[in-house]
Amino acid sequence: MNIHEYQAKEILKSFAVSVPHGLLAQSSDEAVQSAKALGGSLWVVKAQIHAGGRGKAGGVRVCQSLADVKSAADALLGSVLVSKQTGPEGKKVHKIYIEEGLDIAQEFYLALLVDRELECLSFMASPSGGMDIEDVAAHQPEKIATFPIQDIQTANLSDMAAFLGLHDELVGKFESLVKKIYQMFVAQDAAMLEINPLVLTCSGDLVPLDAKLIADDNALYRQEAMVAMRDLAEEDSRELEAAQFGLNYIQLDGTIGCIVNGAGLAMATMDMIHMKGSKPANFLDVGGGVTVPAVTEAFKLLFSDQHVKAVLVNIFGGIVRCDIIAQGLLEAIKTHPMNIPVIMRLVGTNEEAGQNLVKDAGLKVYWAKDLDEAASIAVKVTS
Amino acid sequence: MSVLLNKNTRVICQGFTGKQGTFHSEQMLAYGTNFVGGVTPKKGGQIHLGKPVFDSVADAVKEEGAEASVIFVPPRFAANAIVEAAEAGLTLIVCITEGIPVLDMLKVKEKLKNMDTLLIGPNCPGIITPGESKIGIMPAHIHQPGRVGVISRSGTLTYEAVDQLTKTGLGQSTCIGMGGDPIHGMNFIDALKLFEADEQTEGVVMIGEIGGADEEHAAAFIKEHVSKPVTAFIAGATAPSGKRMGHAGAIISGGKGTAKAKYAALQDAGVMIEQNPTLLGERMLELLR
Repeated sequence: MNIHEYQAKEILKSFAVSVPHGLLAQSSDEAVQSAKALGGSLWVVKAQIHAGGRGKAGGVRVCQSLADVKSAADALLGSVLVSKQTGPEGKKVHKIYIEEGLDIAQEFYLALLVDRELECLSFMASPSGGMDIEDVAAHQPEKIATFPIQDIQTANLSDMAAFLGLHDELVGKFESLVKKIYQMFVAQDAAMLEINPLVLTCSGDLVPLDAKLIADDNALYRQEAMVAMRDLAEEDSRELEAAQFGLNYIQLDGTIGCIVNGAGLAMATMDMIHMKGSKPANFLDVGGGVTVPAVTEAFKLLFSDQHVKAVLVNIFGGIVRCDIIAQGLLEAIKTHPMNIPVIMRLVGTNEEAGQNLVKDAGLKVYWAKDLDEAASIAVKVTS
Repeated sequence: MSVLLNKNTRVICQGFTGKQGTFHSEQMLAYGTNFVGGVTPKKGGQIHLGKPVFDSVADAVKEEGAEASVIFVPPRFAANAIVEAAEAGLTLIVCITEGIPVLDMLKVKEKLKNMDTLLIGPNCPGIITPGESKIGIMPAHIHQPGRVGVISRSGTLTYEAVDQLTKTGLGQSTCIGMGGDPIHGMNFIDALKLFEADEQTEGVVMIGEIGGADEEHAAAFIKEHVSKPVTAFIAGATAPSGKRMGHAGAIISGGKGTAKAKYAALQDAGVMIEQNPTLLGERMLELLR
């Protein structure tokens, strides 16, 4: 689960990390009030969306007067930002964050993440802060280093400070900051925290200027405060609808809708559609404990999607029973007529019962013996 | 011979009396797994499915000589269940549970570091030695004793490969689903070592996914240490970057973990890569001809 920058900073603040003073606004009047309340003569107006790359997309504006703040807020609120991470459709800005401007001496990159290789938490650091870290990785890989942490209490953090080129008098401040970040990460069940940039101010303070925090979905049951920060407006409405039924759904930009059991098989189904020369409209894994209402919802979701020109059902039943899938289809067509071709590859547990249910209902679907054939038919009927 | 599991392996189930535990324990019993009992705290002394229920794994080891366990307990208790099984001395632990917090799994892996226990999963279908024993949730009837080892990060995609191996008449020696979580127990290399040493196994089917670098490490290992033919498929070649495809581990981030890089590494190691998952059985048949 993603949260906004202002929320991540709130959390950091509660772990005694000093962050720039800032206030949230949802209108330009509120933005001006916020700037007044913050005081000073330099402000930064930042679009709050769940995606990185905001700076380059014009979502971060430096303002030197209250009039500037107002016009930046007017320009951002309600606009659609298209960044490297939003996809071509972009993301609409509902909230902005007004922050005090800082005098920046230097910028760094600092991230903490679950290191799957070393099976521990690792910091990633770079003296090239404020830039797209993927570009740094591609063009100056020597400017990024990973620092695995086995035990934060005994970890040698001076190597990381040295790699960033911090002066001796800053090392103590840096180590204390790193420890606080680590504690926050563990206490909040984070999966990733990215601070880009971490800045050294002209007055000698280390301050996170941006913060992106991703929570571990599996741990949300014990993170009530984090759950309360969830912003549903930032999430895809169809994906949310699907999630309520335990379906794992991701919208894509093709025309062939997919209903599959298992994440691996669902990805393989997408790959096969591409291989046959078309594109999937979605990724959809019905999961293992699937019920008739969930399958019904899956069909409704695809039948009501204008982009979907055919539905490919690929089920290799293990725990999932083929008759449940068939019943879901029969339920769905009661309210959502089947106006597009449906291609079914229905094998495994109770395959005959499932196939018979569809045939006995007089439904005309294309039957396929395997995934290859199913994808071929789907591509043929949609082209 | 097979790897890790045979008809004599003494198996218990943690989370035995729950809905999932009951259903799949019945299936395992029906398949002929040497299933000696189960664990559900506070229900010790009862009989379930004709087998004894114990309060702890330690009790099941003492009373029934349990060697392996399959775990169906809910995510919030699963990490402790794994550690309990390891501390009780079990040598093989299969964790089916999906949704264990990643920080819990880091702690589990730290605990298991110096112990003589092999963990499969979590979030996996388990392990089966066809004709002898199964510990997990895979549909048994598609398997057939035979010549090919299967190791996979995906559940249903494993069934695809197994079904093809059965239809081509090759069958399987042992099939292992290692699961789709970023922090997991057994990996490709562990399985490849065992398959390389196993007389019954003549070839290996490997099924990977986007995300992480397990496949790249496996490729490096195959290059040096595996003489048997290997064919591999990687799911998610066309998945968009930054979107998590169901499994917590299946995500391309920062340009890392792409199917392209994995295929390249495997091909370089002499693996027969196959980008059409319906042809894995045929590929293996060609390799073993």
